Amino acid sequence: MIILHNVSKQFGSFEAIQSVSLRIESGEIHGIIGASGAGKSTLVRMMNLIEQPDEGEVIIDGETLNLLKGKRIRQIRQSLAMIFQGHHLLSNKTVFDNVVVALQLAKVPRKQRADKVMESLRFVGLDKLKDQYPGQLSGGQKQRVAIARAIVNQPKVLLCDEPTSSLDPNTTAEVLEVLQRINQEFGVTIVIVSHEMEVIQSVCERVTVMADGQVYQEIEIEPTGIHKMEHSVDGIIKRLKSGGDLNHA
Amino acid sequence: MPEVLLEYQSEIWLSIGETFIMVGFSILAALLIGLPVGTFLFLCRKGQLLENQVVFSSLNLIVNIIRSFPFLLLVIFLIPFTRFIIGTAIGTAAATVPMTIIAIAHYSRLAEQSLLDVPKGVMEAAVSMGASVKDIIFKFLYVEARSALVLSMTTSTISFISYSTIMGVVGGGGIGDFAIRYGYLQFRTDLMIYIIIIMVIFVQIIQYAGITLARKIDKR
Ligand SMILES: Nc1ncnc2c1ncn2[C@@H]1O[C@H](COP(=O)(O)OP(=O)(O)O)[C@@H](O)[C@H]1O
Ligand SMILES: [Mg+2]
Repeated sequence: MIILHNVSKQFGSFEAIQSVSLRIESGEIHGIIGASGAGKSTLVRMMNLIEQPDEGEVIIDGETLNLLKGKRIRQIRQSLAMIFQGHHLLSNKTVFDNVVVALQLAKVPRKQRADKVMESLRFVGLDKLKDQYPGQLSGGQKQRVAIARAIVNQPKVLLCDEPTSSLDPNTTAEVLEVLQRINQEFGVTIVIVSHEMEVIQSVCERVTVMADGQVYQEIEIEPTGIHKMEHSVDGIIKRLKSGGDLNHA
Repeated sequence: MPEVLLEYQSEIWLSIGETFIMVGFSILAALLIGLPVGTFLFLCRKGQLLENQVVFSSLNLIVNIIRSFPFLLLVIFLIPFTRFIIGTAIGTAAATVPMTIIAIAHYSRLAEQSLLDVPKGVMEAAVSMGASVKDIIFKFLYVEARSALVLSMTTSTISFISYSTIMGVVGGGGIGDFAIRYGYLQFRTDLMIYIIIIMVIFVQIIQYAGITLARKIDKR
């Protein structure tokens, strides 16, 4: 379970996150949606302490992360994997070597590495491309390698910051399918940040709507209520994008 | 082989040897000290992992000062320091002192620039994977920047050869100094031209080797 308790973050005098509290249950797929600049990335980056909150607490499975230092934080990050809008792979390393780096960092014994890498690559359907370089892959394939790298250490949480925002609709669906399988087969808690409603509504169970550094609304996407939610969230996002007043969304 | 080269061949080989020593030490210093300094410069920049305005500005200033010295003046300015380190300010060994100092400043700047080309996201992903600063440098930064680092070293090496020609003023010797002594001071223009050709060939070989290696290790 991920708990953010009254977290705030300033950049200079700009309040990017203003006393946000949020609770994400273990095993859920949680969406965070909002217009560009709403503070979504900053918020999700606090969950693995890439961004240190100025105030408040980040508590994951009972451990208060923002009290931890150096080495322990780095260890914890291995169980809170993250993927980004860009794949951020090493272009000079093969697909296999890109994934193996995560195992090296986690000090997994050498002998176990190859099997784990291949298992992870098979999961995302890229085991046959293990000797290719990222430059030889399509955008969707690169993002799947990034996912393989993220899950190879069997994290309990996978944080995704705009994971499909530079992909076309077909590839987006592929990537979302992989994320969904990670959640179902391994019970990994998944947080997906996006500014695109289609992405969020196709996989998320609960959605946090953000605007101007604050949580505007929490929405449950019930199997029966999807249609209704689509409209209300869509309306909110439209208003956010057009700079309209949220209070009448 | 032109007659005059044969005539002077033992002295030419000696001079080439001296150039190799001076340039070799410069390359070593560039790698062992210049690269770490350049990496540190990069990491201390604003928005980078070890962001530190004071350290960055100080290091940056020192590198700039050394680089903006006309090299001949730097050599003379460093004479007391060289004497302190080597025991004498004259000769090939003494010449390596100003050479290593300019080499460190030269390569640290080029290395810093090479590292700036590494996508920010790669570092961010590394941090999110729990990488330590050391991991980030060796498993991410240098891996991604390796071909730029090789090209920078090629450029630096060629500059070092050029710098080494000045070392004649403190008895450093070297092939450049040989050309100056015979070509300019003894009006052996033919000899000077042959030496210049030899130097051009050296530079071409280094350039070619650098570019070939950089291409080979670049998988982007
Ligand atoms: N490192 C930073 N320095 C200064 N301002 C930042 C920094 N990171 C984010 N911001 C600002 O904080 C706000 C929220 O950014 P972000 O969390 O990236 O929003 P989102 O992901 O929702 O688009 C933006 O106005 C952005 O300009
Ligand atoms: Mg963002």
